[in-house]
Amino acid sequence: MKKKTLRSYISSFGLVIAAYAFCMFYMNNGMSRTLKGQLIPICSYVVMALSLNLVVGISGELSLGHAGFMSVGAFSGVIVSGWMLNGLAIESESLRLLCALVGGGLCAGVAGFLIGIPVLRLRGDYLAIVTLAFGEIIKSVINCVWVSVDGSKLAFAFNSNNVPGKILINGPQGAVKVDKIATFTGGFLLVLFALLVIMNLVHSHTGRAIMASRDNRIAAESVGISVMKYKTIAFVTSAVLAGMAGALYGLSISTFAPSKFDFNQSINVLVFIVLGGIGNLVGGMISATVLTILPEKLRAFNDYRMLAYAVVLILVMIATNSRSVKNFVSSLTAPLKKARKGDAEHA
Amino acid sequence: MKKLLALVLTLAMVAAMFTMAASAEEPITITVGMMGPETGPYAIYGNGAAYGAMVAVDEINAAGGKYQFVFLHEDDQGDPELAKNAYNTMMDQGMQIVLGAVTSGACMAVAEIGNEERVFCLTPSASNDLVPESGDQIFQICFTDSNQGVASAKWVAENRPEAKVGIIYNNAQDYSMGIYTAFKTTAAELGVNVVAESAFSDDTAADFSVQVAAMKDAGVDFVFLPIYYTPAVGIMTQAASASYAPEYFGVDGMDGVLGVEGLNVDLVQGVKMLTAFDATSTAPGVAEFVAAFGEKFDASSMNQFSADAYDGMYVLLEALTKADVTADDTAEDICEKLVAVMPELTYSGITGEMTWAADGTVSKSPIAVEISGTEYVSAK
Repeated sequence: MKKKTLRSYISSFGLVIAAYAFCMFYMNNGMSRTLKGQLIPICSYVVMALSLNLVVGISGELSLGHAGFMSVGAFSGVIVSGWMLNGLAIESESLRLLCALVGGGLCAGVAGFLIGIPVLRLRGDYLAIVTLAFGEIIKSVINCVWVSVDGSKLAFAFNSNNVPGKILINGPQGAVKVDKIATFTGGFLLVLFALLVIMNLVHSHTGRAIMASRDNRIAAESVGISVMKYKTIAFVTSAVLAGMAGALYGLSISTFAPSKFDFNQSINVLVFIVLGGIGNLVGGMISATVLTILPEKLRAFNDYRMLAYAVVLILVMIATNSRSVKNFVSSLTAPLKKARKGDAEHA
Repeated sequence: MKKLLALVLTLAMVAAMFTMAASAEEPITITVGMMGPETGPYAIYGNGAAYGAMVAVDEINAAGGKYQFVFLHEDDQGDPELAKNAYNTMMDQGMQIVLGAVTSGACMAVAEIGNEERVFCLTPSASNDLVPESGDQIFQICFTDSNQGVASAKWVAENRPEAKVGIIYNNAQDYSMGIYTAFKTTAAELGVNVVAESAFSDDTAADFSVQVAAMKDAGVDFVFLPIYYTPAVGIMTQAASASYAPEYFGVDGMDGVLGVEGLNVDLVQGVKMLTAFDATSTAPGVAEFVAAFGEKFDASSMNQFSADAYDGMYVLLEALTKADVTADDTAEDICEKLVAVMPELTYSGITGEMTWAADGTVSKSPIAVEISGTEYVSAK
């Protein structure tokens, strides 16, 4: 492994592990209830940011329907977990969580593949609009689905609430009476998994082909890269991770509606990665965390909360793009870079 | 200099508060929290409920009884995730009882955590049938969605046996779906002639020409609208412009229709609805509440949610008194005591007389009213 690659692995994983260790320590030493309750959703949004970064940053396609995959993952995760508990009488929470994450990821992956076929034939703005439409379609379809578990069987109904047994998905009300089995440690492991998958992909032959397709489609095609194939790989991988993030989210809260995963949610995730720097995995993770906590911290502003949130967003965007701030940051990190350069020369 | 003066005055006020509190005969202070949508599309419900509760809290505290309330309220945008955050935030601030949540999904998420942690919940307005199932410590002030559907079907069977009934409902909203399903089942049992049904969703709530045409083509002369008043006004407007004038019948979500800004009042003449609260009623307490609300807040922000929350605070007061909660009781103790007394309680408030089953559902009778001019009169 190249030294630079190794360094980026160490810094990304080190950051996540350090954050986890800090949270575990802080949790027993005066962490507020609000923050404790947000830990699992934060893990889920971090994975969402990582997964969207793969499409927008690495593959260079603007997707505005990412919440749709989160939704598919969340609902299928709830079905898997509910079926295992009520239908198969499997009590083990960690086993159910694992199966729900895998199930949610697979379902979202299938949805991603099917949607990818028409979507990835388009480019630029057109692609963005079509992904937006698919996000809305997923929401509307799930609004009409009823799922229940009757004995060891699952029962599905479309546009009718006539399902026997214990209801898992209740049409527009969404998932009801979810058994909350998601844990912070589970969420942390999922973040590590997503990071591992994406970093490995980026530093592989496939990843270079994906980035080549992004940077110059014609040049990539001229050297024999199948642009469609590599964009599909990135899109489906991203959908799988978003589905897993959804399953984690769904199993952390007792009820959620399909309308939770609407256009606004997709835009929220997009804001995470734009603010963190498109294609910058660590930046995306940090901004997902900060922007999830921020609205809660702004509760003190009462009626002006949402206004304050918007102002903070604007200020951060201006600050991160301002030349003088950038110069200031690079002047701080300059000695570090110099040392690294020296390293490289010696090596 | 100005700053110094302001500081001194503030300190004086704080000191005055302390001395006033001390001079009363050791009242017991209970912290009550409410989470509801105070921003976003459902903000009128969350704000209405919070204002209603504040009116009650001010009255109770001014009367200086045994219990004094500190009222906290946080925005949840009607989202279960944010409701959970709001709950945790207020628990950090010392909340002992939840008066909420305002919307059903949020309420189910909060009630379930409350059930695990033993925090008593009394929701003013979360009407979904699954809400009471979230725990044994969650009680409702409003009647459930299915109750409303059943009561509406009975009213139609009794008063309009010959009507050709049409239903327009929101199939992307659990509130509307709950009432619609119960109405349809009961209507079939009672032999009500439902000839047309048409659904819409929040995303398509800007244009109702399809739904109105479906009603008109089927020859519907009685339209049941188990929806909130904003889309209902849209439907009535489009029906009027298609010169189609059936009789309309709504449920409690229709209450507030007269508060719509720039509403053509002719449009809603004769509209009937089931409601628990009638602001023009001569029942005891109603006029006083309306006046007190108008003094503190914009009168147009008052709706049934305000009345439910206002009653909710008084029900809490009644229950606390009956359970004889003491200053040493933790939130957990309060919860167990209140759960025990709620089924024995009878309270007569501005939304009618209420008793509770042990599972948390309320028993009160909705009244059918009709809009005449800018007032509600008893429906015929």
